[in-house]
Formats: sequence, structure tokens, C-alpha cells
Amino acid sequence: LAHGAGGKSSAALTANVFLEAFGNPALDALGDAAVLDLPDGQRLAFSTDSYVVNPIQFPGGSIGDLAVNGTINDLAVSGAIPQWISAGFVIEEGLPMETLRALVQDMANAAVAAGVQIVTGDTKVVAKGAADQVFINTAGIGLVPAGRRLSSALVRPGDRIVLSGPMGAHGMAVMLARGDLDIEADFVSDTRAVNGLVEAVLAAAPDTRWLRDATRGGVGTVVNELAADTDLGVVLDEDTLPVESAVGGACELLGIDPLYVANEGAFVAVVPEAQAPAAVTALRSLPGGEQACVIGVVADDPPGLVVMQTRFGGTRVVDMLVGDPLPRIC
Amino acid sequence: MNTTAVQLAPAHGERPTRERIVVTGVVQGVGFRPHVARLARTHHLVGSCRNSTTCVTIEVQGPSESVAAFAQEVVAQAPPMARVLSVAREVLPVARERDFRIEASAPEVGGRTLVPPDVAVCEACVRELTDPADRRYLHPFITCTDCGPRLTIVTGLPYDRPATSMAAFAMCERCAAEYGDPQDRRYHAQPVACPDCGPQLRLLGADGRLLAAGRDRHTVPGIVEQTRAALLAGQVVAIKGIGGFHLAVDARRPDAVALLRERKHRPDQPFALLARDVSTAQLLAHVDAAARGALTDPARPIVVLRARTEHTRPIRVAPGVAPGLDDLGIMLPYAPIHYLLTDAQLPVLVMTSGNVSGEPLVTDEADAVARLGPMADLILSHDRPIVVPCEDSVVTIDDQGEVLPIRRSRGYAPLPVALSSEVDERGPEAVQGAPVVLAAGAEVKNTAALTRDGWAFVSAHVGDLENLRTRRTLAAVTADLVDFHDARPQLVVADAHPGYASRAWAEDAAQQYDVPLLSVQHHHAHLAALAAEHGRLARPLLGLVLDGTGYGCDETIWGGELLLLTDGGAAAHRLGHLSTWPLPGGDAAVRSPARLALAALLHAGIDPAGLAPRDALDPTEVRVIESVVRGRTGWVATSSAGRLFDVVSSLLGVRHRITYEAQAAIELEALARRADRPTRLPRPTVAPHPDDADRLVLDTAPLLHAIAEHVTGRLPEHAAGRALEHRTGRPPEHDKLRTRENASLALATHTWLAQGLAELTLHSARRHKLPTRGLDVGLTGGCFQNRALLAATRRALAQRGLRTLTHRVVPPNDGGLSLGQAAIGLAHLAR
Ligand SMILES: [Fe+3]
Ligand SMILES: [Mg+2]
Ligand SMILES: [Zn+2]
Ligand SMILES: [Zn+2]
Repeated sequence: LAHGAGGKSSAALTANVFLEAFGNPALDALGDAAVLDLPDGQRLAFSTDSYVVNPIQFPGGSIGDLAVNGTINDLAVSGAIPQWISAGFVIEEGLPMETLRALVQDMANAAVAAGVQIVTGDTKVVAKGAADQVFINTAGIGLVPAGRRLSSALVRPGDRIVLSGPMGAHGMAVMLARGDLDIEADFVSDTRAVNGLVEAVLAAAPDTRWLRDATRGGVGTVVNELAADTDLGVVLDEDTLPVESAVGGACELLGIDPLYVANEGAFVAVVPEAQAPAAVTALRSLPGGEQACVIGVVADDPPGLVVMQTRFGGTRVVDMLVGDPLPRIC
Repeated sequence: MNTTAVQLAPAHGERPTRERIVVTGVVQGVGFRPHVARLARTHHLVGSCRNSTTCVTIEVQGPSESVAAFAQEVVAQAPPMARVLSVAREVLPVARERDFRIEASAPEVGGRTLVPPDVAVCEACVRELTDPADRRYLHPFITCTDCGPRLTIVTGLPYDRPATSMAAFAMCERCAAEYGDPQDRRYHAQPVACPDCGPQLRLLGADGRLLAAGRDRHTVPGIVEQTRAALLAGQVVAIKGIGGFHLAVDARRPDAVALLRERKHRPDQPFALLARDVSTAQLLAHVDAAARGALTDPARPIVVLRARTEHTRPIRVAPGVAPGLDDLGIMLPYAPIHYLLTDAQLPVLVMTSGNVSGEPLVTDEADAVARLGPMADLILSHDRPIVVPCEDSVVTIDDQGEVLPIRRSRGYAPLPVALSSEVDERGPEAVQGAPVVLAAGAEVKNTAALTRDGWAFVSAHVGDLENLRTRRTLAAVTADLVDFHDARPQLVVADAHPGYASRAWAEDAAQQYDVPLLSVQHHHAHLAALAAEHGRLARPLLGLVLDGTGYGCDETIWGGELLLLTDGGAAAHRLGHLSTWPLPGGDAAVRSPARLALAALLHAGIDPAGLAPRDALDPTEVRVIESVVRGRTGWVATSSAGRLFDVVSSLLGVRHRITYEAQAAIELEALARRADRPTRLPRPTVAPHPDDADRLVLDTAPLLHAIAEHVTGRLPEHAAGRALEHRTGRPPEHDKLRTRENASLALATHTWLAQGLAELTLHSARRHKLPTRGLDVGLTGGCFQNRALLAATRRALAQRGLRTLTHRVVPPNDGGLSLGQAAIGLAHLAR
């Protein structure tokens, strides 16, 4: 089950099972979306994702918001302008109709807010126990403007790592919404479509190298993937990492590092040093981007690793998360 | 000079014998050949002696009884720095020869000689250092064949001056003559130097500005005086020594100690002391014969000793040196500069590792300016490069008056450990070509190990791998091990913990060498390390592994285990353990004993209301821990003994949050030592595990119940049992009384656990049909640094007719883990 948590084990699952069977150039790129060349020279981005969150409603959103925003965001960070979305439902027998209606309304609202249309869909009802309330799959198509190119191959030492918003709110909100933990949370999931924020970054920082939404596995996993892909180092600055204090407090209580907690409305952008201030300013002017900031820098050294410059001048390695956090101290 | 005639052979009537004696080990650059020549002369033997790739080859001829005596004494009386690994003897035809010669060794390609460890400056050198008539008077780099830096100056192999950081210092004529003369104390001592040709001291401001430099009787005193003045004024000085920099302050000044703590961001962890001599050490701590032996050992470890508490003692170190503890870590001078800096006016210094907390030692001057400059007021450096960083070693003296290693590093590394008694019994040929195994060690207190020809070479202390620089040190250290021994690993071994960086490193290493990776359970490796250092891997060994937290085979966290080691070390069977309880929230909870305690109390069905851990936590924390323990996620089951000590420490109000590893348990041990006698607690009971009747479990819940009852049942006005560290304005006599009762409970916890574990051991041995009379029980794991626990466990086992085996070579903590991993790797390959 650790395979679903993001990080090292899901990377292994992807490589060992899916790439082996399906391998082709578009898939091998392992982007958030596949970017496909049409015969007339246009480029399409195509992405799909399945949503299985428990609980299906939580402070700040629902599985419906996630299903729409997640796919929009995957398209957006691939450099595409999201256009059309499909929705497939696997419904467990006995799901109350009003719940389903509420989720579908959430999807409709999310689509309108992000300026996309839900254009096709499918529904299956399965026996009780064969699914957990409702699973939603969405796929999306977006158009990639001519001349736009985003790739980790463009990343250079000295580039800045920009984070569009504070970390960890979504994952913690969902965890607390399960009701097992007696923590009063005065924060909500950050679920939102980031296509507007992405366009703002690309306008302010036209030479942006690479984007990735910091969903499963959190910012820590995204920057580790960046380091591994580029064989460059990522140096984070402990003092700049944006975490809402309530989220930070809940993480601290549970012994969880917010770096690895899932987000649904934050993305990482790698931009050239000179354009970083403009990118941050552009983000801060928009809702959801108010706390955008530079959290680190790309460096020659240490190759393939992410390190954190700590408050006391130390250099801690930020590893790819492997399964659940178990104590290392002996 | 190619050969040296030493002695003409006397004419003898009877027919002589001739033998070739091949000695391997640390036998080069340590005065071994002059020793051989002297001994041959004493016994009136003729022959020769030469160095070759990994050994010294001796041929001696003379009366057979003289040859036999020579062969025995050549090892028994070996020079202090020599370490003999094996001796092979072979009878040769008699030759015509008239004298004994030391033959110059032709450098052989690929020659691999063992590098000696660093050794404290010897008495003869100290005499010269302080003798105005000597040409090396006040020379801070004085050394001879018997002493000085070795491992830390090696740049390559074969080990010879050009392959050391002394290569940059061309010997003057007089030094060269001493170096080349087999009769001289400095014959082939690689770091030989003098005020005309040696390295220099360099005094820098914290900003790196050079203030003074020098190496002779005219320049050194000024530098030393300026340094001493800074120390006496309460300033922090970074001092470059043998294995790296130290940060030093005058240990008697509370303000200086506080300043150092603040600048190093190290609030509580005890600082080591440098005492100028044994009598100074005696004023600070209880120094018996064993302690004196450890203090004056040429390896000069830091020796952890009971502090003296008399208020009349003439030297008092600041309480901030070791807050909350009744131990002091003391070492004696080992570099010439230590002798020059200390005297009656400045008898004891704090000497702590010169690093940013958690990082490896700083060894380089530019690095010192950059990284230590912000912490220091002055930097006393020198220009002899440190090639291999080496932390100070730490030992203590156990209840049997034996040395118990806590950190094996400077003075011991890179000496090998024999992996089986076969090495001695069947000679070196038996294990020649034994497989090469590379072991990655643990995560904190990391060391690495490499096996070659049946020996394990355990690296110096590497440190905590959370840190980037430490990880790089691990990579460098293992590359050195492989290079130095010209050995291609056939197997890489790592801990089974999926999140250890040492494991990730091992995965890469296995791939790089294209060899398999073996995962070894943490406590299996601890026990194998103990068996390995005692050369008893061949027979099964029962062992109690009491530890912090280690990844278990069932994805729970182990640490209070009774294991049976079998199959030459390759297998370990879990015969018993402490009962498990929910450990909430990863490393974060480990830093908060109060959270652990609350979880353990709730699990044991004890109402935490009015108990110290609950009072120490804020209401939100309490609610969260309560809900985590109730639920199914956010915690992991643990049988850790170390964490149980944390729980009791918090329950007794000793320590609720820690700033260094094992702080709560260490302070609990200190409290236990203040007790007159243990509180009477109910007898521990063991029972079979409900799911597995082959496994016995010692239930620790009754211990917590008993302690909780004692704390709540007494002195109603103090029912809350608040933390000692947060004393309120209660009458002092009540505090005193409570402290005494808490001390008795702390001691009782140690004896209760010891009795319970002894019971567990005895019952398990019977169930598994092991002969119980005189059965050896290994005691290992980090908790056995705790001398109170070690003594109590040993007593409890002895009461049941069981004997104990403890560590003498590598530490019981994770610093010894790589040795166990390596031994298991070898056993695995042999299966
Ligand atoms: Fe351990
Ligand atoms: Mg996605
Ligand atoms: Zn000497
Ligand atoms: Zn000289």
C-alpha cells in the first residue's frame, strides 16, 4: 500500500510495471500530462487521474473539487491552457443521492471557476464493498500555446525555486477530516485550479524552465524528482518555507514534516534568477498566490540531492520519502 | 644506506636452526624492524629483516631455544604502536651468515601496509618538548616512532612519508639522519619534524586574519601566551589538533561555558574536558586504577567518570559542562600543543568537537574560518594538513572495572578486529582470501566496515547521516577502506530500515560494485558485533539487545529484544522481548519523552491525570496523543527499552523534552545513582506471546502502574509530581524528600527491568533447551552504555547462574553496528 503514497515506492511501481508494458516517447517523459503533436503543428496536452480520497468531503472541498482541479492543474503545469474534461464515476451502491448531487455541483462550480467544460462522462454503480463511496476519474485536454516549452532539461544552476503558496493544508485537512485525531483545525484544504496562477507566472517570467504541482508526496517529493531528473542540486532555505501556523502546529503534533504533505493548489516553478522577483510579484497579486515565495535555488552541488540550509548553518539532506516516517534515532 | 650491520654472530658449537618468521599487521613505521634487530642481538641471532607488502619478513638463525624465545618475544615485546595480526613460522636450511641486517625494502607495486592509529605524544617526546637543552624544545609537532599522528596524515599507500601530509615538509639534514638511523628513536617515523623543518602554528583572528606564526622556541611562546590569555579571559578558541579542530574554553568559567553553548546551539549535551594531568583529573572525578589506565592509554580517549561532588575540591568546573549529570568526560593531553596550553593556571579546558552541530569535524583552516569563525574569538591553527578527520574516542569504566567503548575513533581506528578465533588457531592462511564485505553501518553514530582475510576494518566515527557533509564522509571513508585494502567488495550489507540514508548509500554501492545487497535487522547486527569481537560467531549466542529504536522484521520498532544468534552469525531468532506499546509520530515523539510517556500510560490503562507527563504537555498535545493512541494510524508498536527509559524519566519528572540523544535516559541513570536503595516494586512476570507461544514477553505495564501509584500516593500536596526542571516555590525539604523518593524509583526501574529480563532469558533458554548452567548471555545495544543497567542486569543474570559477555572493542551503541553487519555478511556468504 505504500505504493500509493508518492515518493520512492510509487516511482518504482511506475517504472517496473507501467513503463515496461506501455513505454512510448510521450509516456516516457512522465510529465503530469502528455504533450502530443498534432499533424497541423498544434500541440495538445492530455492528462488523466483517478480520485479516491477518504473522506469524500472535507473542510475546503470535496472529491468533486479535487477531480476537476487535479486534472486542470496537471494540464496547467504542463504549460497547457486547459479546455475540456471528462468525468467517470464508480459509485458504491447506497451512496446518498444528495451527496452525489453535491459532489457533481462542486465539479460544475470548479469547472466554471477555472474556465473549462466537462464534455463527456460515464457512470458505473458497483456492489457495496466493491468501492468506497465514490471514485472519480477525470481526463483533460488542453492546448499548448505555440513556442511554449517547459522541461527539466532547461533547468540551470542558479535558477530559483518558486512555490506558489503555503504547504501542507490539503493533506492535513483531509487527515483531520477523517475524525480519528482530536485536533481542531482552523485551516482548510487549498484545493483550487492553478491555471490562472500558472499563466501569470509564464507571463511575468517568460523563460520559466519547469513547473510541477506539489500534490502527492508534497513539495519534498517534487524537488527530489527535479534533482533526480536534472542531476543538479536543490538547496532549500529552512526559514523561507511557507507553512500556515495552524498547519505547522498540527504537523508538529503528529511528527509529520509539512514538506511531504500533499497540496492541491500549490505548484513549484523553476525560473531564471533574474525573472524570479517578477514571478513572485505576479503570483502574489492573485488569489491563492498571496504567500508565493522563493524557497530555494538550483545548484551544481550536491548533484541529484535536495538539501536544506538549516537555521544553525547545517545542511540537512531532504530525502525522497520512503513509506511511513519511522524513527531513525536509535 | 642499504644494509646495517648490527651484531656479529658468536661462534657456537652446536648446529643452529634457521627460521623465517612472517609477521603481519601494523608493523611498519612503528619501530618494528629496530625492535627485531635489538631482539636478535639480545639472543645472539644472525639473519635479516625486511618489509614487504603487508608484513615484516624476518629470518633468524641460531640455537633453537634462542630462535623460539625470539619468536615469542618479537610479538610479546612489540613496540607500543605495533599491532600484530598474525605470525607464521617456517624452518629454512641453514645459511652462512655473520650478522643481523635490516634490509631496505624496495617499494613494491600495489603494496598494502596497515596504517597505524594516531597515538598520544610519548613521554620521551614530552620530556624533550619541555627541555630547553633539547633541539625540539617547544616544537609543537614533536614526535617519534612511538607516537604522533598516523591515520590522520595518510594521503595514500604504501604508508611512507611521501604518502602523508608531511610530504610537503622536506626534512632538514638532522631530521633526515634520525629518520634513516635504525638505532634512533625516530627511525622511519613518518611525521618526524623539528623547529628547522617542521610545520608551524598559525594564530588567526575569528575573521581569518593571520596574527602570528611559528614553530620554534622564539615564536611559539608568544602564540601560546596569546591563546591562553584569550581562554583565561573567557573567550572561545578553535584549536587544531590531530583529528580535527576543537572548540575550547576555560572549563572553570560558567560564563565561558554558557557562551560556548549558546554559540554552538548545544543547550545540554555534556562537553568533554581536557585535564592537564592525572592529578588534575583526580580533582575532578573519581579515578581508580582502571580509570587511570584508560586515561593514560596511548589512544587517549575521553573517559566518562563519576564527578567528585565534594565542595572542597580546589578545581571546580562550571555546572554547565554537564548539566543534570554526575559524570564528566575527561581526557589527558595527546598533542604537544595540549601540553603547551595547559598548566596550573589553566588546568582544565572544555574541548568539544570543532563543528557545526551534527556535522563532521572541521579539519581545514579555511573551513575553520568559515564555519568555526562565527563561534570562536580566536583560531589556533597549524599548517600540517589533516587528511583523515578523526573524532576523539570515548570510553567508560563498567561495573567490573573494564573499559567499555562508547565511541571508537581516534587512537583505535583503523585497527582491525578479528572476526573469528580461527584467525589465531589456524594461522593467516586459513582466512587468506576470505570474502570482502562492505558494511554501511547505522544512521546515527555511523561507522562503516570492510572485511578482508577474516579481519574487519571498522572506520572512525562518521556521525549522523541526516547531514550532507556526514554523508560525504561516509562515501569518502568507504572509498578509503576499499582503496587501502585493495579490495573489491563481494557483498554490501545495510540495515533493514527503509528510511536510513546508509541503506540508500549501500544500494548505490552494491550497484556500483555489481554485487548483492544484504539487509540485516538492526538488533541482529548489534548481537553479531558482540559475538564478532569476542571471536565466538561459530557457536550460538543468546543476547539481550536493549536499544533505542531499530526497524524490526515485523515492521514494528524493536529495541528490547532477546535474540539467539546462530549459523555463524547468519541468523537471529527472536526468543523474547518487552511488551509493545504505541510510539506516536516518528522522530518527533522521540524528542519528547512526555509524549511517549502519555502514550505508554494510556496504553497501560493508567489515568494520566495528575502525573508529570500530562502536566508537561499542553492540552492540545494531550488530546492529540490520546486520539493517536486510540486510532489505527500515526503510531507504530515498539518494544524499545530505550524509549521505556524515556517514559519513566518523564513519569518521574526528570526530563520531558530532550535536546540530545538519550538525554532523558542518561539523566534518569544519574538520578538512580543518588538512591540509597531501590523502592520495592512487584515482581516482573513473563508470559508467552498470545500469537506465538515460542516467544516470551516481559510485560512492562506493571512497572508503570507501580511507579504511577508511588508518585500519586505520597505527599498529597505534591501529587502532581511536577518536573524537577521547573521547580516552584515549594519548601526545599519537600523537594529533597521527593527527589530521594524519585531516585529510589529510578533505581528500582533499572533493577526491575534487569530482574525481568534475566527471568525472560532464563525461561527462554529452558524453553529452547539451551544448557542454562554457565550460559553466556551477550549484553548489547545502546542502553548498555548505562552502567547502572549493565551492573543490575549482570547481577540478575548471575543470580540465575548465567554469565555475561559485554563489549570491549566496539561500542554497544550504533557505532558498533557495522562490525556486526560485516560479520553477518561473511557468515551469509559462507552458508
Ligand atoms: Fe541501535
Ligand atoms: Mg496528478
Ligand atoms: Zn614520541
Ligand atoms: Zn628538522
